[in-house]
Amino acid sequence: MITLENVTKTYAGETTIGPINVQIPSGGITSLVGPNGAGKSTVLTMMGRLMSPDSGRITVGGLDVAQAKSNEVAKTLAILRQENHFVTRLTVRQLIGFGRYPHSRGRLTVEDERHINEALEFLNLTALQDRYLDELSGGQRQRAYVAMVLAQDTEYVFLDEPLNNLDMSHSVQMMRQLRAAADDLGRTVIVVMHDINFASRYSDNILAMNDGQVTHFDTCADTMKSSVLTEIFGTSVRIIDDIDGPLAVYF
Amino acid sequence: MANTMTVPVETTSNFINAKHRRRWLISLIGLIVVAVGLTIATIVYSNPMPLGSNGFWKIAEARVISVVVIAVVALSHSFATVAFHTVTANRIVTPSILGFEALYGLINTAAVFFFGALGATLTRGIVSYFFQVAMMVAFATLLYTWLLGSKFTNVHTMLLVGVVMGAGLASLTTFMQRMLDPNEFDILTARLMGNISNASTEYLPYAVPIVLVVVTWLWLNSRRLDTLSLGSAVSTNLGLNHRTELIKVLIAVSILMAMTTSLVGPMTFLGFLVATMAYSIADTYSHRAIFPISFLLGYVLLTGAYFVLRHIFYAQGAVTIIVELIGGLVFLIVIMRKGRL
Repeated sequence: MITLENVTKTYAGETTIGPINVQIPSGGITSLVGPNGAGKSTVLTMMGRLMSPDSGRITVGGLDVAQAKSNEVAKTLAILRQENHFVTRLTVRQLIGFGRYPHSRGRLTVEDERHINEALEFLNLTALQDRYLDELSGGQRQRAYVAMVLAQDTEYVFLDEPLNNLDMSHSVQMMRQLRAAADDLGRTVIVVMHDINFASRYSDNILAMNDGQVTHFDTCADTMKSSVLTEIFGTSVRIIDDIDGPLAVYF
Repeated sequence: MANTMTVPVETTSNFINAKHRRRWLISLIGLIVVAVGLTIATIVYSNPMPLGSNGFWKIAEARVISVVVIAVVALSHSFATVAFHTVTANRIVTPSILGFEALYGLINTAAVFFFGALGATLTRGIVSYFFQVAMMVAFATLLYTWLLGSKFTNVHTMLLVGVVMGAGLASLTTFMQRMLDPNEFDILTARLMGNISNASTEYLPYAVPIVLVVVTWLWLNSRRLDTLSLGSAVSTNLGLNHRTELIKVLIAVSILMAMTTSLVGPMTFLGFLVATMAYSIADTYSHRAIFPISFLLGYVLLTGAYFVLRHIFYAQGAVTIIVELIGGLVFLIVIMRKGRL
């Protein structure tokens, strides 16, 4: 369970977020959607304690992320931001190895190696494990980062726009892998998403934000309605019923 | 995760493959051999007294002190620069940018400016040594805590402020130097040029243990530094308190830089040179692999320059000139061949 109580954040004196009060249940995938500048990434970053809120309290799996020991939090939640750039050259395997740092403190054990191998296999990276990150395509690199946070072996996984820079087939592949992480590994996955159709097809719940406020938090079926989506995105949205479920059309 | 049985038995190494590890090991051994050779050469080469006589040992002893000075300088510059690069997640800017050398210049210039030639001797006591060190560490620590405590939490802002403050201190120094009389200016210049043979050796009994303690601390924290090099967001995600770690490491860097600067004066280019070459040779994120290479490179470079100056050119000039000339060339060659930093 992730709980946000009266969380607020002010930027540059005018852009404000919150107060946000929301409880996200454990298990499954929850997508954060909303127009640009709604505060989705900021909320995710605060939940992942990379940024502290101006006021309010955030708990993830019972841990107060601001108060608890950083290493304890690192065993409970893993967060991946959009931009990742390192000064050192790392191979895929070395990068994933860093995901074990909260458990190993840098000395990899047999157990850690097992987690690394599983993460490599889970994201189909075994063949690429000794390649440097800067020798990979955008999609492969994105998969390597996701493998790193999965290797961290945390109950909660937060991803900021994991589909950024991915083409259609890689996006589908990534979402299937996240779905498997939620279903087979029992992780609670929270993702910031731009494409509402991807969000509705692969997640369990949708949390919508507008102007720094949470405006809707519901199951996909209840969110995928013309009136609701039109209100969230501020542009007219129609719903078409497809065999795989409702599809939003907004051209 | 199904199919764990089919997972191949692989391990994660600091080095991409055995070839890289071997190359690192060969470089390390090669550097050790060269370092030992140069040390022996520096101590015994063209000693005018017969081997084993009393006079021989006296001369050798004086040279051993120079070797110790070189070791302290090489240790400080290499560890400080690598650690600094790591915590600031950049590989271009070195601690000198923090206004260290500018502050050193200012303190010495101010002493001569206000007290004349007497001032130059004033800055040489043990008390004033610790005063200088304390000033430099305090200056750097204040800057970091102020900047990191405020909303400018990004490293680029901090570096920019460092550059501006360094430039400010330097121009203040230049201003005072213009008003000095030529004799005083001459005395001052000798202090402000990095110089091994004219090192303030009376500080060695204090500098050696302090440098050793700080360097050992950095060495023991190597794995933490490996993770810090991934930047603020990733290292926080992995359970490190990035800001605390950053301040701790920057204080360690300040102490090392203060030690070496007050011992031999500024050596602006040395740290950057040895760190960059060490990254290139080691080709790994692992600080346990990078630190020894960068220290040995610094040591070899300095003893080599010292030996050449002293025994081949018979000049006792500034080592920095050779370091910057030879080192700069080697650096350019390495970069050109590799095509990246």
